[in-house]
Amino acid sequence: MDNFEPKIVAFCCHYSAYSADLAGSMRLQYPPNVRIIELPCSGTIDHKVLLSAVEDGADGIFVAGCMEGDCHFTRGNYRAKKRVEKVKEILDEIGFGSDRLEMYNVSADNGTRFAEIANEMTERIRSLGPSPFNKKEGDKN
Amino acid sequence: MIVAEQKPIKTIADLIEDSNKVLLVGCSACVAVCLAGGEKETEVLASALRIKRKQEGKPLETVTKMVTRQCDPEYIATLDDSVEDVDTIISLGCGVGVQYLAERFYNKWVIPALDTKFAGGSIEHGQWEERCGLCGDCILHRTGGICPIIRCSKSLLNGPCGGSQDGKCEINKDVPCAWHLIYERMKSLGKLDKLLEIQPPKDWSRSRDGGPRKVTREDVFID
Amino acid sequence: MNTNSHLEKVFNSGEFVVSAEIGPPKHASAEGMHHYADVLRDYVDAANITDNQTAVVRISSIAGGVHLNNKNVCPIIQMTCRDRNRIAMQADLLGAYSLGINTILCLSGDHQIFGNHPTSKNVYDIDSMHLIQTVRKMRDEKQFMCGEEIKNQEPRFFVGAVANPFGDPFEFRVDRLEKKVEAGAEFIQTQCIFDMERFERYMEEVCRRGIDERVHIMAGITPLKSWKAARYIGNNVGGMIVPDEIVERLKGAEDQKAEGLNIAVEQINHVKKIKGVHGVHIMAIAWEEKVPEIVERCGLYPRPKFD
Repeated sequence: MDNFEPKIVAFCCHYSAYSADLAGSMRLQYPPNVRIIELPCSGTIDHKVLLSAVEDGADGIFVAGCMEGDCHFTRGNYRAKKRVEKVKEILDEIGFGSDRLEMYNVSADNGTRFAEIANEMTERIRSLGPSPFNKKEGDKN
Repeated sequence: MIVAEQKPIKTIADLIEDSNKVLLVGCSACVAVCLAGGEKETEVLASALRIKRKQEGKPLETVTKMVTRQCDPEYIATLDDSVEDVDTIISLGCGVGVQYLAERFYNKWVIPALDTKFAGGSIEHGQWEERCGLCGDCILHRTGGICPIIRCSKSLLNGPCGGSQDGKCEINKDVPCAWHLIYERMKSLGKLDKLLEIQPPKDWSRSRDGGPRKVTREDVFID
Repeated sequence: MNTNSHLEKVFNSGEFVVSAEIGPPKHASAEGMHHYADVLRDYVDAANITDNQTAVVRISSIAGGVHLNNKNVCPIIQMTCRDRNRIAMQADLLGAYSLGINTILCLSGDHQIFGNHPTSKNVYDIDSMHLIQTVRKMRDEKQFMCGEEIKNQEPRFFVGAVANPFGDPFEFRVDRLEKKVEAGAEFIQTQCIFDMERFERYMEEVCRRGIDERVHIMAGITPLKSWKAARYIGNNVGGMIVPDEIVERLKGAEDQKAEGLNIAVEQINHVKKIKGVHGVHIMAIAWEEKVPEIVERCGLYPRPKFD
């Protein structure tokens, strides 16, 4: 458990993904656990995709959209937020718990914030332990 | 359209407790439009049920299918090849769909995933409201195009009752008084005199009493 | 005289009529009703027996009516359209009359959501307008609602209805009253009056149309026990208006209950002078004991007797 390295899937909108790049080019330290999937807008995230990530064994999942009020498609990040809330509800309802899923807002020019989020989520998941569906880690238990 | 709402996932999970493999059938008609039983909702439900069961150590196998309309036997027939090895069929159709599936697949356990609510329409994206009481004897021409049967909480034909105030129904300040709406509309149409006539008692025999109602159009029969 | 109703006799005599209201109990003992009958007997011409008021299960209004008859108080049985279809209602009309009841008040009824069985299904097969028509048809045409003849004794009820001058739309309220009179209502009891100015405007229109010539209107009066009760009614009961000055007057009073009775007495003395008002209906909710005092203070005691 001490050497548990969580797998975290980050669904990032094009602009917040840019902040991840920026974090990299700023040489900011953030854990290698975060795997970024770029979306044209966080508003394209879907209930089904988030649940699939759970089923496929992600230990943590987050959606990153632009700062509220700054979405390039006007309201996509608000919609993403509502969908994430709904999926959290479903996860609570079926007893999986909603702590492994989160929504964040980050602006394209804030590499520091992206690194913070990645660290924060990694720490949270580390303390939660592996997902029951994490095939490799799960086998160890 | 028929507006429906999904039952709590836990309720559905309890209904299939003993099943190992289920077929989830969505419907592309009304319930897809009201986001209760379309393709996406079917997939999400299947996924949620699988996650729940896997955690409990009793993995559930799911098959998901969509049909154009669950209220038409010819579309239900497209499922014939998918039902054989499943223990239970979960219908994400309205109450009609559930029954059509149960009729066609007589030896299968069919359960509803939705609560069928009403005949209505959308008032904004993500919100639907009842509009028609399906009473079988439309009187909208006498009530300014506003249905007192379903929109008045007492189905009064000669309202408004004494509980109407500030345009709201006595049951809840969020519910508009149908008879207030009727009054306003008739007034704007210059037809208030129509409201002075006593509307006769309703012939409920044309409504839900007396077994299922039927509509027949012999001119379009094929055989 | 169309009926043997004592209430009808008092109206016909030209006296200013007084009625009160008894809510039957939520149990199967008639003791309390007998007590209230004794309290009210000499002070009112008739007393309403509510029909599962606010949709709470109680002794039925017809059974309550029999208890009142036994105590020599003329019962006005209330009949709502909420709980029975047209078959059950007509059956109950036959039964009530056979038990000696001859005065009825027809109303829609409070929605079941307010009561102790909010998960019940309401009926509303017919509405209050149709019920009035039905009671009259049974009496005057000796026919059931469906047109079939009543071959023996027909039920002969003196028919009342309710009106709420404080519901909206205000402009339609007199129209709706007229519809009820057209349907066959012979007396009307109004919702509790607190907003006297609005009631007077309503009565002016009633008289302008000559409706007061066709029906006996009884003004509904409710003595208030406290300013909190006043505010609660005004804010929470659909179709009720309680003006601020009444709330303030109660708030400022040393003895709120006494002031509540004072207000009721003033209101009755006021409505007595309004053209078209032929009586007063005192709804002393859980305060029936005070009705005799109110009646006496308004100079309405003793009540007329007939042989």
